[in-house]
Amino acid sequence: MLSKRVIPCLDVRNGRLTKGVKFAGNEDIGDPVASARRYYEEGADEIVFYDITASAEARGIFLDVVERVAEQIFIPFSVGGGIATVADMRAVLLAGAEKVSVNSAAVKNPRIISEGADAFGSQAIVVGMDVLAVPVSEALPSGYEIVIHGGRKRMGLDALAWARRCQELGAGELCVNSIDADGTRDGYELRLTRAIADAVSIPVIASGGAGEPRHMYEAVSAGGASAALIASIVHYGEYSIRQCKEYMAARGARVRLTW
Amino acid sequence: MLAILDYKAGNQTSVRRALEHMGIPCAVTADPALLESAQGIIFPGVGAAGQAMRALGEAGQAAALRRAVDVGQPLLGICLGCQILLERSEENDTPTLGLVPGVCRRFEDNLRQEDGSPAPVPHMGWNSLRVLAPCRLLKGVEPAAEFYFVHGYYVEPAPALVLATTVYGREFCSLYGREGLWAAQFHPEKSGRPGLALLRNFYDYCREARHAQ
Repeated sequence: MLSKRVIPCLDVRNGRLTKGVKFAGNEDIGDPVASARRYYEEGADEIVFYDITASAEARGIFLDVVERVAEQIFIPFSVGGGIATVADMRAVLLAGAEKVSVNSAAVKNPRIISEGADAFGSQAIVVGMDVLAVPVSEALPSGYEIVIHGGRKRMGLDALAWARRCQELGAGELCVNSIDADGTRDGYELRLTRAIADAVSIPVIASGGAGEPRHMYEAVSAGGASAALIASIVHYGEYSIRQCKEYMAARGARVRLTW
Repeated sequence: MLAILDYKAGNQTSVRRALEHMGIPCAVTADPALLESAQGIIFPGVGAAGQAMRALGEAGQAAALRRAVDVGQPLLGICLGCQILLERSEENDTPTLGLVPGVCRRFEDNLRQEDGSPAPVPHMGWNSLRVLAPCRLLKGVEPAAEFYFVHGYYVEPAPALVLATTVYGREFCSLYGREGLWAAQFHPEKSGRPGLALLRNFYDYCREARHAQ
């Protein structure tokens, strides 16, 4: 049986982490490569890097980070942020990432999903979805709307319809981020996670809202997710990945505990 | 030195990085002389069987693999490499290398995991092994260790060759072989410490085999 995955997410700007990552002893690490290695050694099942810079110049710095990560960690990792073309995808995959994550660019140009899947296989294509809870309407029957640009722009697109469309176009996984829950640390938006997981057969990664290990367990049980994306819960040294996984395992979730 | 067979099928670079990380000398190569002189060959691969067979035939690398098996040069197939060492693949309905008796089949539709949840194809993620026969590649690897899989087809080698199985919707062979010729459906180069240990064990075997000659 497949293990549920625990995936720390690192935001990178100009080659450095945007938020310091602290480990035991509260040592602050700004270097994404060193942080990735620590999470790898602590039992992360996968790592996500998000490049939140956009300039062409910073792109080169970021690709260098990807390459150095690939030399030091031997688990899959994915890369997102600013990926808009097949050429962008190829660059990060060649640098050593297993998967690329597309978000706004896919909403604006859904063909990027099928082009990416044709070129690199569905397993390499993750679609990130930023979702806002809205009143149910004819145009938005699920009560969830796709937003882009970090939630600033509403697209009038129903999240469930979009999730099914992404699967049809060849996405290998969906990373479902609740704009409402993001940053609250009050737990994932489980109703949303469950609705998307029920609507598609590809794996769903729950994102946004993790504040304690219980939330991660909820995401992979009640939420029906295959993986839990986490950030601050581990970045500030509050919990280790092992603590999170042991909690999940004690409740009956199948997770990888030997590494 | 280990030769990583280069036939433009994906994960050569990640295999090379994993070996270099452990200080194991290696080269990604399609050069017949280098392949022949290597202590062992790693035959990686991601992608589709039909395309891979065309790439192997065009560049003559299939001959290097055949030769390795004939003379007993150590060989390790990974993922697609593991699949196309067999005789035939249901993927693109392709005759494959036929160096090991067996076939590669597509996962059936509508499979379910042990907890009743759907088991969509491809099988992607971390899963464990049920070891059926002792294998020196697993030396030092804890029984609970998990490995990283990404595949939509599974191998069915001759039963006597099955070393370990994995369950995803159905039980399938995840590691097969005999002394000096092994193949893993999972990606040891992406499976953390247990995966690196498997690669290290393969290299140790290659060195001993060379000394014994």
